[in-house]
Amino acid sequence: MTEEQSRRKRDAGQSDCLSFTISIWRQQGLNDKGQMVSYPLKRVRPEMSFLEMLDVLNGELERKGEELPISFDSDCREGICGMCGLVINGVAHGPGHGTTTCQLYMRSFADGSTITIEPWRAAAFPVIKDLVVDRSAFDRIIQAGGYASINSGSAPDANSMLISQELASEAFDAAACIGCGACVASCKNASAMLFVSAKVKHLNILPQGQPERHKRTVAMVEAMQQEGFGNCTNEYECEAVCPKEIAVEHISFLNREYLKAKVAGK
Amino acid sequence: MALDGHIPSGPLAEKWEKHQFELKLVNPANKRKHNVIVVGTGLAGASAAATLAELGYNVLSFCLQDSPRRAHSIAAQGGINAAKNYQNDGDSIYRLFYDTIKGGDYRAREANVYRLAQISSHIIDQCAAQGVPFAREYGGTLANRSFGGAQVSRTFYARGQTGQQLLLGAYSALMRQVEIGKVTLLPRREMLELVMVDDKARGIVVRNLISGEMERYVADAVIIATGGYGNAFFLSTNAKACNVTATWRAHRKGAFFANPSFTQIHPTCIPVSGNYQSKLTLMSESLRNDGRVWVPKVQKDQRAPEQIPADERDYYLERRYPSFGNLVPRDVASRAAKAVCDEGRGVGSSGRAVYLDFADAIKRDGEHVISQKYGNLFDMYQEITNENPYQTPMRIYPAVHYTMGGLWVDYNLMSNLPGLFVLGEANFSDHGANRLGASALMQGLADGYFVIPYTIGGYIAANAADDVGTDHPAFDQAEQAATERIDKLLAIKGKRTVDDFHRELGLLLWDHCGMARNAEGLSSAKQKVREIREEFWQNVTVAGTAGEFNQVLERAGRVADFMEFAELMIDDAYERNESCGGHFREEYQTEEGEARRNDDDFTYVSAWEFQGVGTDPTLHKEELVFENVHLTQRSYK
Ligand SMILES: Cc1cc2nc3c(=O)[nH]c(=O)nc-3n(C[C@H](O)[C@H](O)[C@H](O)COP(=O)(O)OP(=O)(O)OC[C@H]3O[C@@H](n4cnc5c(N)ncnc54)[C@H](O)[C@@H]3O)c2cc1C
Ligand code: SF4
Ligand code: FES
Repeated sequence: MTEEQSRRKRDAGQSDCLSFTISIWRQQGLNDKGQMVSYPLKRVRPEMSFLEMLDVLNGELERKGEELPISFDSDCREGICGMCGLVINGVAHGPGHGTTTCQLYMRSFADGSTITIEPWRAAAFPVIKDLVVDRSAFDRIIQAGGYASINSGSAPDANSMLISQELASEAFDAAACIGCGACVASCKNASAMLFVSAKVKHLNILPQGQPERHKRTVAMVEAMQQEGFGNCTNEYECEAVCPKEIAVEHISFLNREYLKAKVAGK
Repeated sequence: MALDGHIPSGPLAEKWEKHQFELKLVNPANKRKHNVIVVGTGLAGASAAATLAELGYNVLSFCLQDSPRRAHSIAAQGGINAAKNYQNDGDSIYRLFYDTIKGGDYRAREANVYRLAQISSHIIDQCAAQGVPFAREYGGTLANRSFGGAQVSRTFYARGQTGQQLLLGAYSALMRQVEIGKVTLLPRREMLELVMVDDKARGIVVRNLISGEMERYVADAVIIATGGYGNAFFLSTNAKACNVTATWRAHRKGAFFANPSFTQIHPTCIPVSGNYQSKLTLMSESLRNDGRVWVPKVQKDQRAPEQIPADERDYYLERRYPSFGNLVPRDVASRAAKAVCDEGRGVGSSGRAVYLDFADAIKRDGEHVISQKYGNLFDMYQEITNENPYQTPMRIYPAVHYTMGGLWVDYNLMSNLPGLFVLGEANFSDHGANRLGASALMQGLADGYFVIPYTIGGYIAANAADDVGTDHPAFDQAEQAATERIDKLLAIKGKRTVDDFHRELGLLLWDHCGMARNAEGLSSAKQKVREIREEFWQNVTVAGTAGEFNQVLERAGRVADFMEFAELMIDDAYERNESCGGHFREEYQTEEGEARRNDDDFTYVSAWEFQGVGTDPTLHKEELVFENVHLTQRSYK
């Protein structure tokens, strides 16, 4: 259907409804084994978002009252907070490119198909319930050094530090990471290198980040290892699923920074 | 009772410095003996928690999400204002102050707004030093844009993700303090009660959202920075977790709620497309710099937009407001869109949308230039609607976006309850009846980085806190109240879902307490809210138990509070017999349909005191005194 046709159709309020079998990971809590459970779902509108589809399914479960509704995280529902994250048909954040789970629409799925939905799976991200995981390991990595140490009130005039457009833009590309954890979920080693490299890149290339450059790199890498994330073996799966299109080149940058820091004796 | 805003005496420009000098200081060595609770980790809460920890206080930091970095501030797109005058285009502290007071339709406090404008410059310095990747000019200096109808370029931005970058800056400062050991992070916690001991705010009761257990925390002072309550309307541009619970619970303990009906309806959002919809998406206001807003001249015109010739289109903003055109402030643009749709000239399947058309801009500047400016927004629009805005005009409609109302605070950002401070969108302080674009981020960070560190010190230094533990009877009572409420919700086992009730409430508010209000509609809505609330407590279904991770229960608690709060919103809108800013009372308009303020009778802040659910609240007035600005009718003609 062309865009124009689908628009006309929707304007006339006659978009077709879709039906799916939704196969979802259900897990009571950390100590429960968990299992996949299937639910038939009808009357799904193509312009519904993926999470709205889950809302509809939950509404049905709530009304029936036989089974608990499905737990899943989301907040902004516009791709920026990093709260949502589901493995959909085996792919972290599903079939979209450069998008989060909440930015996915049901028109991307074939009518009548089965959709499997699982949580992020990684030792460092234990499941809390159903599709909800604990990503606090990411906070602890940032805590180890993901900042430029400057107290409120002590900053010089912002224009006293000139930063070229290119540099600002390069830093921004890395700083755009939303901390969703899809990179970890998609990696067979559950490595957090893409996440860590993005933060290190953002700060280490800017003048503001220079004083703590080496210390930061080492501290964050060590924190990452302590949290139980795996090693990077250049699988590139992370880049493919990253909703903010953070490039794997950052990982080689991080490796170089780490070597430099070690040489500098940090 | 007349409310005292504790505004320092003296000339406007000197008040803050004088006040800073007069505030008592806490001895640096003693700061580590004081604990402060900060609820919320948005721009306001994270900046406050980090700064107080830097000063030496022990900070407990709470939020709903799994990480402080995910607070709703992350979603702000457009930018942050500051009176840097880097562009040499005539900006100044006074101009930012004046624009904010005027934009707020003269319903904000002069002294607070002036202080905000004074502080604004330091915010940019602070954020730049943290490594926030602001947009730059070729020479490496910071870039600015004009935003939200301002006549000067004072908005700093980081692509279309300014809020994200500012919040990540504040979050990084916060995490640094966690590492140092001055901040204890308590994520996935929901504040359910404020604890008052001897008439002072001394603690909170929260529900641990993972285990479902109640937890108690005690401190010398409590800061609430829990954001706005736009989700009372169910559909809004706010994140799903935004709520009124923390502020409403404080209100029930005696904190006054100010101007609760002052809601900002943002003109450029993607229209509602179905009743399954869970939220509305904002299309940045910057689009109005190049997009032209129009509807067909005739009603129910079924032609595709491209087939409607120029002389059969009504560019109604350009027609009604020749000097500001498409850049009129938000409240004016939103009402104008409603007016043309009410006339039956709206477009799209629902008839509740207008066109935002880039064809002329693309013809003038080329697709390349437009894509450079708005590429990510165009992509986002296409992702959601499956339409290509380079080829066909966007369809937009106003949506609830921001709440100017909030807990009443004085110049120190302290509520009428001693020891309870309120920052960011959760307070009412700086935006009057309408907020200007790019000013919320500025206010949140001003409150957190630069105001509260001084004023809380003044409070703590002057109020020796008694030794109170979490075993104090006030904590027992608060926890019991929260537990009983939850048990009651779980016991109803009715037929309708929480969301179902929430949608019904939201629609009612949208229809009667949204872009246009009138006495009759408000009275009937008040009655209706009571009915919905009654049914809610008899017929809602809340699955699961209290002692587990339970998202339905979380939502049920928030909706229960919205149900009580909605009535206050309606009361406030009913009481204010004038139109000002986002509050448009249909009875009070000029012949051309513009808002008619009544300065003689309504130049005050309405601060409401809770008297019980279903009992009318008591109104306290804080008269607004304008010593520097002359009140004029806002005109954008
Ligand atoms: C889509 C969008 C775009 C915007 N763009 C701009 C812009 O360009 N410029 C601008 O100036 N403004 C903008 N705004 C407005 C601005 O983003 C907000 O007003 C501002 O970020 C609010 O910050 P805050 O710190 O007060 O609260 P929030 O960022 O909302 O943070 C609230 C915090 O409180 C916590 N919390 C809430 N309730 C509880 C509870 N009961 N218990 C425990 N914790 C709780 C939350 O977890 C969160 O951490 C925009 C708003 C939206 C919706
Ligand atoms: S690098 Fe990409 S996938 Fe990984 S956390 Fe950041 S945004 Fe998510
Ligand atoms: S819910 Fe915020 S990124 Fe998806």
